[in-house]
Amino acid sequence: MSGLSIRDVSIRYGKRVVIRDLTLPDLPAGQVTVLAGPNAAGKSTLLRAVAQLGPHAGRIMLDDADLARLPGPQRARLVGFMPQSLPSGSSLIVLESIIAALRAAGETPAAQADAQAMAVLDRLGIGALALNPLDQLSGGQRQLVSLAQAIVRNPRLLLLDEPTSALDLARQVRLLAELRRLAAEGRVVVAVLHDLALAAQWADRIVVLHQGGIHSDGPPEKVLTPAMLAEVYGVEARVERCSRGNLTILIDRELAPVP
Amino acid sequence: MSALLLERYHRQNRRRALLVGVMALVALLGVLLDLVTGPAGLPLGDTLRALTGTGEVARATEVIVWTVRLPVAIMALLVGAALALAGAEMQTVLENPLAEPFTLGVSTAAALGAATAIILGLSLPFLPASWSVSANAFLFALGALALLQLLGRLRGGGPEVLILFGIALNFAAGAFLSLLQFVASADALQQLVFWTMGSLAASSWQGAAMLAAVLALCAPFSFRAAWRLTALRMGEDQARSFGVNVESLRRWTLLRVSLLAATAVSMVGVIGFVGLAGPHIARLLVGEDHRFFLPASLLTGALVMSLASTLSKLVVPGVLLPVGLVTSLIGLPVFFALILRGRARR
Repeated sequence: MSGLSIRDVSIRYGKRVVIRDLTLPDLPAGQVTVLAGPNAAGKSTLLRAVAQLGPHAGRIMLDDADLARLPGPQRARLVGFMPQSLPSGSSLIVLESIIAALRAAGETPAAQADAQAMAVLDRLGIGALALNPLDQLSGGQRQLVSLAQAIVRNPRLLLLDEPTSALDLARQVRLLAELRRLAAEGRVVVAVLHDLALAAQWADRIVVLHQGGIHSDGPPEKVLTPAMLAEVYGVEARVERCSRGNLTILIDRELAPVP
Repeated sequence: MSALLLERYHRQNRRRALLVGVMALVALLGVLLDLVTGPAGLPLGDTLRALTGTGEVARATEVIVWTVRLPVAIMALLVGAALALAGAEMQTVLENPLAEPFTLGVSTAAALGAATAIILGLSLPFLPASWSVSANAFLFALGALALLQLLGRLRGGGPEVLILFGIALNFAAGAFLSLLQFVASADALQQLVFWTMGSLAASSWQGAAMLAAVLALCAPFSFRAAWRLTALRMGEDQARSFGVNVESLRRWTLLRVSLLAATAVSMVGVIGFVGLAGPHIARLLVGEDHRFFLPASLLTGALVMSLASTLSKLVVPGVLLPVGLVTSLIGLPVFFALILRGRARR
């Protein structure tokens, strides 16, 4: 089969089970899938497990390759991961940090790596920052640099942990449009996103995680319902279509807090 | 636009490479400076003639240059290089700008090892007595780092855990050292205190050769890991997603650091500051691309030690100060000035 498939994945921190026997078959290339859910639902944990950055049980396959069994450099060519934030306090310049993302695992020749890194920065509209030190960038700029690090190896699977959290409105839209293009080029794109209205507009599919499992899974209009918002997020809300046809969510009040 | 930026980046790299080359030259000049200073007050020409073996010089001059000054100067260069390279790699793999062999208890452990030889008279059976202090210091320093890694692994923790263990180890070794000092004879105490101040006076050709061998063994592996270490500056998760095996990188790097630091400290005693300052100065000069940062740290450390060695002969005329005192007393203000200037420039 082609695409990403997650089977019987369980993740625990010590004795606390965060994800229990989660199965999410066939996330095909070409689609943008959003992982949603309340705080502490295990979205980032699941994303990190797929990226093989955290311990987990179960099988995570990309195009018939078991990601856990691939050697690091080979996996790095297939999977790009964008963390919530880059560490502050590095005086590396932006271009160096992208080149490092290519050359750390060894194979890309120097001249090609340099050109490829510059091209990625241009693609994301931050070429002008190429020679700036990382510790002088704004939070949003850093986030774009970290996206550049994730996509520079041309990965087949792209995993993003709250990629828009530090971006202003225009840049949020630009980034999400970029994710759609990246998916259209034949990639599997999975992003954790808190903003459900953005997810409704840009995702092909929303997977809502709740209490260690999948609460609902499907296209935005099927998943985003007042019932789901009440059960998962504990809010009374309306889901309406605006004049352009996009779904919007209006939160009226918080329901009695669920323990 | 982007072609222009790329060209600027390449130019910047060429400038950095050139700077590293210049630093190598300056470090060599530092050694020369170290060579021509000394209480014997030899004329510069005589020293150089003795060194190059051209022309007639007095036998005494030859002896002073070849058996007194040159081993000291070479040792200073190597110790500075080893400690600064160790400090640079340690700061990167432990993701902490304060990490260096000294802060993590390696030096204190080495001092404890030296104390077991000086005060308790313990020595390895197959070694000549003159080596027992160095050998014990080496074993204790290496043991401290091995213990550190073992504890870190048992706990399964990241760099913070290693650093906390290192600090605890530093205090533990310090306490045992005090205990030994408490029971020591006045003579042994004197000798130990001198050792803990760090001194190049006992440098020998064999010691220098040994340290040079360790440096020659470790440095190529360090330089080969340059891109992986640079990637680690993006954080552990990022480095791993770039395909770096972070555990293995950390383990091998700490092994190199252990060998470098333990060998250097066992030869000359406790010398702080160089392992911290070398990398910081190098970072200000060439940035954090480890292809330049590692050699620049090594060379900065070498230069700092050569200058410290020179100053240790000049500060009080006729008296050879322990070089560890000089690195701390004179190095620190210089270091502060550099950091503050670096800040102000931003």
